Amino acid sequence: MFSVAQAVAWVRRTADVIEQHAANLTRLDSAIGDGDHGTNMNRGYKAAVQRLDGLEGDQDFGGVFKAIGMALIGKVGGASGPLYGSLFLGMGKELGDATEVEDERLAAALRAGYDSVVARGKAQLEDKTMLDAWHPALEALDAALAEGKELGPALAEATAAAEEGMKATIPMIARKGRASYLGERSRGHQDPGATSTQLILKTLADVVNGH
Amino acid sequence: MKKLINAVDDFVKESLEGMQVAHGDLVGVNYDPFVVYRADAPVQGKVGVISGGGSGHEPMHGGFVGTGMLDAACPGEVFTSPTPDQMEWATKKVDGGAGVLHIVKNYSGDVMNFEMAADLGRDAGVEVESVVVDDDVAVKDSLYTQGRRGVGGTVLMEKIAGAKAEEGADLASVAELARDVNANVRSMGLALTSCTVPAAGQPTFQLGDDEVEIGIGIHGEPGRERIKTESADQLTDRLTRPVIEDLKLNSGEQVLVFVNSMGGTPLAELYVVYRRVVQLLDEGGVVVARNLVGPYITSLEMQGASVTILRLDDEKTRLWDAPVHTPALRWGV
Repeated sequence: MFSVAQAVAWVRRTADVIEQHAANLTRLDSAIGDGDHGTNMNRGYKAAVQRLDGLEGDQDFGGVFKAIGMALIGKVGGASGPLYGSLFLGMGKELGDATEVEDERLAAALRAGYDSVVARGKAQLEDKTMLDAWHPALEALDAALAEGKELGPALAEATAAAEEGMKATIPMIARKGRASYLGERSRGHQDPGATSTQLILKTLADVVNGH
Repeated sequence: MKKLINAVDDFVKESLEGMQVAHGDLVGVNYDPFVVYRADAPVQGKVGVISGGGSGHEPMHGGFVGTGMLDAACPGEVFTSPTPDQMEWATKKVDGGAGVLHIVKNYSGDVMNFEMAADLGRDAGVEVESVVVDDDVAVKDSLYTQGRRGVGGTVLMEKIAGAKAEEGADLASVAELARDVNANVRSMGLALTSCTVPAAGQPTFQLGDDEVEIGIGIHGEPGRERIKTESADQLTDRLTRPVIEDLKLNSGEQVLVFVNSMGGTPLAELYVVYRRVVQLLDEGGVVVARNLVGPYITSLEMQGASVTILRLDDEKTRLWDAPVHTPALRWGV
């Protein structure tokens, strides 16, 4: 089972994790982008936490995820704002007024969020984007749950798959976003968006596993 | 990092405050969200023209707000696309009942944020059209990439589309003209140095004293190739020839030449470049009918330049010459 309280804890913890890794995200972005991914994500997640602080009364998934999505869209900027914002808006739409859901519903919500990211960004797999971390992670999550694993271990497997996907972006040539302008020279660098995605998924696994 | 900045987080806000103090007769500034708008907005019955993009490219876009050009500009953080709430606010602010044109540079973030904003504007009952600028020949246009970037051509589109709107043309006509400008303008730029985004604190890329980055964008992102430095004429040829080829210019055609500083290159050097661009066009019998030389679309303090060529026809020439009164461009008034 996954609860709204866990979702809130996930986002709060992610804000701390992003702050710790902001310099590294910016360094990765400087190599093949414009050097602001860590700064922007840090600003956006701080705004999302503020938005959560302002929510009153009992909240459902729809309300919480919409608040987070709108905060990210309004404060991150760049491409990451609309993309991560769409992720949370998509998850919120999927779960609606639920306050606690089965593991499979959480997986379905992540899948719905992923579909929103694809619709907004129009990237394909192996374009060297965050999709290259999301996609294997969601496949691994579905597979682990289908095998009857608990949510915690299943999310840990998803995180491992995201990490592999993230590392697999290193030899890719970017075909979307600012890194695509580098062509061949984008090879050899890890995609910053895939990196922040891995952090977000790892934090979700940590929260669920009580780490 | 040495910059005239008080605190990194206050940079964009304080820069806008200064602009408001300096040019309050022409523009107003909204701080939440950030929007620079024409002081007399909305102009009833006129199509509103808005643009936006990361800060750090000044005077673009805020410096082009005023009579005969933009109705509003949405500045993002440095080199970061503005957010949909800014464009939504601007769209509502400048709508005089004739609809609003969004001029969007072709960067993934800008395009996505403006798409969301256009949806929000339409939800609020404002007619919105969007035109994407993608004039950078350094990037190969392909289904498999983001496509060419919007660079120097943006300035020319904002002036010409803004003049068309000022004449009272309807939204469809202003948008059609803007797309026609995009189809007839090409650019390419180079960097002699990198630049430092304040929040990052160090240069975006490293460039040796004897190296030049060819085919840069406007965000300090590296270009397509790095070469040992050459003479000004040789470097100018590297920028200008691909532009001329891509435009397929014929003898006798008239063009506007725009030589732009990336921020740190002095006007004296721009004139060296401009003189060579005109020589090259002369060789092909192309007539340079208009020009713009100076820092208009910059990358903070980067040294470097870009060359933009726009194929002119009678309408575009007339609209280029039309009165404009903004903080950065002013003539005919």
